[in-house]
Amino acid sequence: MSVNLSILVFLPLLAGLLCAVVPGSAARWIGLAASVLVLALSVMLVAAFDPDAGLQFVTDVAWIPELGVRYSLGVDGLNLFLVLMTALLWVPATFVSAHAGYTRPRLFYFQLGLAETAVLGAFLAQDLALFVVFFDLMLVPFYFLIGAWGGADRVQATTRFVIYTLVGSLLMLAGAVALGVLSTPDGGQISFDLAELARRDLPAGSQAWIFWMFALAFFVKAPLFPLHGWMPDAYRSSPVPVLVLLSAVLSKVGAYGFLRIVLPLLPDASARFAELVILIAVVSILYGSVLAFSQDEVRLVVGYSSIAQLGFITLGIFSLDPKGAQGAVMQMVNHGLVVVPLFLLAAVLVHRAGGSESLARMGGIAFRAPVLAALLLVVSLATLAMPGSPNFVGELLILFGVFETHIVYGLVASAGVVLAAVYMIRFFQRAMHNRVGPSVESRDIGRVDFAAVAPLVLVIVALGVYPQFLLGRTEAATVAKVQEAGRLAEPPAAATAKEPVR
Amino acid sequence: MSLIAQVQAPTVDFRGLSPLIALVVGANVVLLAGLLRGAGVQRVLVPLLAAVTLIVAGALSVAIWETGDVEPLVQSALAMDTLTLSMSLLFYLAGLATIALSLRSSAVGEAGAGEYYTLLLASISGMVVLAAAENLITLFVGLELLSIPLYVLCGSAVRERASLESGLKYLVIGSVGSATVLYGLALIYGATGQTDLGRIAAAIGEQVEVGDPLLLTGIALTASGLAFKASVAPFHQWTPDVYQGAPTPITAFMAVATKTAAFAVFLRLFDAALSTNQVEWGPALAALALATILIGNVGAIGQRSLKRLLAWSGVAQAGYLLAGVVVGTRLGLQATAFYLATYLVMNMAAFAVVIASERVSERGDDISSVEGLGARSPVLAWPLTIAMLGLAGFPATAGFMGKFYLIDAAVDGQYAWLGVTIVVGSMISLVYYLRVVAAMWMAPDAPPLAGPVRRMSPASGGSPEADPRAQPETVAVALVCAALTIAIGIFPSPLFDLAVQVGTSISGI
Repeated sequence: MSVNLSILVFLPLLAGLLCAVVPGSAARWIGLAASVLVLALSVMLVAAFDPDAGLQFVTDVAWIPELGVRYSLGVDGLNLFLVLMTALLWVPATFVSAHAGYTRPRLFYFQLGLAETAVLGAFLAQDLALFVVFFDLMLVPFYFLIGAWGGADRVQATTRFVIYTLVGSLLMLAGAVALGVLSTPDGGQISFDLAELARRDLPAGSQAWIFWMFALAFFVKAPLFPLHGWMPDAYRSSPVPVLVLLSAVLSKVGAYGFLRIVLPLLPDASARFAELVILIAVVSILYGSVLAFSQDEVRLVVGYSSIAQLGFITLGIFSLDPKGAQGAVMQMVNHGLVVVPLFLLAAVLVHRAGGSESLARMGGIAFRAPVLAALLLVVSLATLAMPGSPNFVGELLILFGVFETHIVYGLVASAGVVLAAVYMIRFFQRAMHNRVGPSVESRDIGRVDFAAVAPLVLVIVALGVYPQFLLGRTEAATVAKVQEAGRLAEPPAAATAKEPVR
Repeated sequence: MSLIAQVQAPTVDFRGLSPLIALVVGANVVLLAGLLRGAGVQRVLVPLLAAVTLIVAGALSVAIWETGDVEPLVQSALAMDTLTLSMSLLFYLAGLATIALSLRSSAVGEAGAGEYYTLLLASISGMVVLAAAENLITLFVGLELLSIPLYVLCGSAVRERASLESGLKYLVIGSVGSATVLYGLALIYGATGQTDLGRIAAAIGEQVEVGDPLLLTGIALTASGLAFKASVAPFHQWTPDVYQGAPTPITAFMAVATKTAAFAVFLRLFDAALSTNQVEWGPALAALALATILIGNVGAIGQRSLKRLLAWSGVAQAGYLLAGVVVGTRLGLQATAFYLATYLVMNMAAFAVVIASERVSERGDDISSVEGLGARSPVLAWPLTIAMLGLAGFPATAGFMGKFYLIDAAVDGQYAWLGVTIVVGSMISLVYYLRVVAAMWMAPDAPPLAGPVRRMSPASGGSPEADPRAQPETVAVALVCAALTIAIGIFPSPLFDLAVQVGTSISGI
């Protein structure tokens, strides 16, 4: 059984184009059908995946021969579950939008399809230039989705979002071109193929500035402190289905970029700057946790908690330790899985509280809504990494990795785990228990939202019970990506002083 | 008999000159046809003849297409090589688009169709001569043949003060530019004793030192004069005023074709004649590119007039293009040629929409004239959106590929910082490009968006031109150019192949 990755990537776009021409009422069902079809394809992909075979289902043809750019897609352990996660999360997002009944549905579902194509393309690209293309392309649909269907101040929010992200992306474009050109050996043919680039040597001096160009792009996308300036406004103004995708899927592309591109291609710079990035990650964890604890708007509680979670993921990656990277990959999937139900349930809470986003106006919602409360409880416990949840496994692996290489940062980061418990429990209590809010109407979760959230909660529970399903398949590829940088960073004090650069 | 046999008539290669001959003959025919009376002649026959002229010239250019370093014609005054021919094709395409956009322009009626289209064709033939110039004298002749008709065309809407002012301004500034070029060319001749570009290249480093002050002054003056034409900072101040005042089809033509011609001569002069000096002029041009990118992009931010906005954006784009000249390599030549082609389609799409909305809106070319366009007429909103995203360098558009190629050339030519400048410029440019997109799709006062907008028939009080179907040729230009922008962004290989062929035209770099 083989899956053609080009079909997987471009199916949403084709469906989106179809949505753009059919009558508006049909567009949403076409969009939903396409997202389900993509999910089915990715499930087939996981079923047919061979954990020992390296890169598979490869599509590789010349795209721009003059520039050495190839149209090259492939799956390995690193992106397998991210693709599945993307396909999985797109279904509830489309499902919820279909029931929300947005205006101009044809344009809406076209943009949604384009967005899925871009994200899947970025995850699957095996050519640096192709990755950049898809990475930047993601921005266009989200710009429209927030700007045309968002809430108050949407134009400002979306403009700020795009400028922040595109600043990063364009620097990455320059960095990517420089990486391709400067690593071309004399008389050799320029290539952007990731595997080929990993074989070529780039002087450590060039690696340093190229590293930061990539890092900036990925930090903004995540977002990590201090480049999260676009986050509060964009999260506040996004329509809910777009918000969940923004937070669950888009943020992962940045973290994935570190593992796919930065670590294997720029090992010297990665080893050299690992400690600095770890510092940024730890600060993000603490900053995100503290702000999540002090926010009143439910969206921002979840939003800032995401900064902390992304901090953990980055921490795992830059521990440059196989276990840490494994944990990071697992945590990427976990965060996506928990943040979507969190936001969807938060939207339900807002509805129950009479349309107010404020935690202060909620409370006592659990009173007549046992199912809603139970679902939120499971998701909250998963978010704070309760033992038995997949997040527990992920964060544990990350901390193992950090303790191996940077024990001090590991200790500080552990505090982040505790803080997560603090802000999640506060969130749950304020919303569900406490005194009943002024305009709260306690009613159980509706059928639509239940249908969107319940399957995800089941997946969370299943992954918590059997994390090896993911870890076993991702291990080989993930470990390979951090090996080189990890080796260079290995003797922490003595060797780096003797031979600072290769 | 013996006397006649002794007279050596210069051999004229009619085949090589055929596109130019077609243009000049066509220009005369159009002028004469314009003398005929009748609305049908003025509104259909004359533009049709002009369009046919351009198509014939284009076909002839394709027919004589030959890669490699082609032997120059007419006592080595003109080189009909791939650089000339590819640039000519761009001129013809820009000319065809301009003709389509002018069909309903009031300027044509005021100036007279015959004169208007003849001047357009004359200007295009000047561009071809300029792009082909292998000799300093031909270069100057081409420059003037390009400029003088444009001065008139800028002022062709004779009943509008703005148009007249624009024409006068362009005349004064353009003359200063031409004089500067002429002075520079004289100094280059003085330093090297040659007017042929090939011989100048041979003389530099042999008869005259690479760092000879007379030569360098000449290069600097020539570059400054050409910078006027290409609107490279700090010689760009005229651009927004002239672009805003001129009839919009002429603005589109200037923005695209004049810039292409100026860069064609930049490429030929610097890559063919002065390439041995690259270490001398490279850093200076790089500084100009840096300044142009920053000034152009910052200048565009505050603009509310779409024409002024596109003028400033054109200044910034000139800065990007200059990066391909700075490096003085074959890759730079190819990247510049490639970017010029993408620049043409993106700008034409934008200008076509500006023209279409300018005609029906009482707010002229103000940015508010496109507010809510996404709901009113998507068929216009999409091309402008694609053009803006393309100019900003979003992927899956031609602009992304063009920037990619330019950055590639810059890094390859040891100017990595210039590549970074290009992306920094693109970042700044987002502020104003996205403002236009936001106005179209996200305007706060957009009408209720349920269902398609009902179009009123003229009888019931609706303006006939408010319907995009009332000006099909403008919409067609916008749609075709937008489609090309996307097509080049996704399948750039054919255009890359052409760019590589253009790269073969100048040997020795």
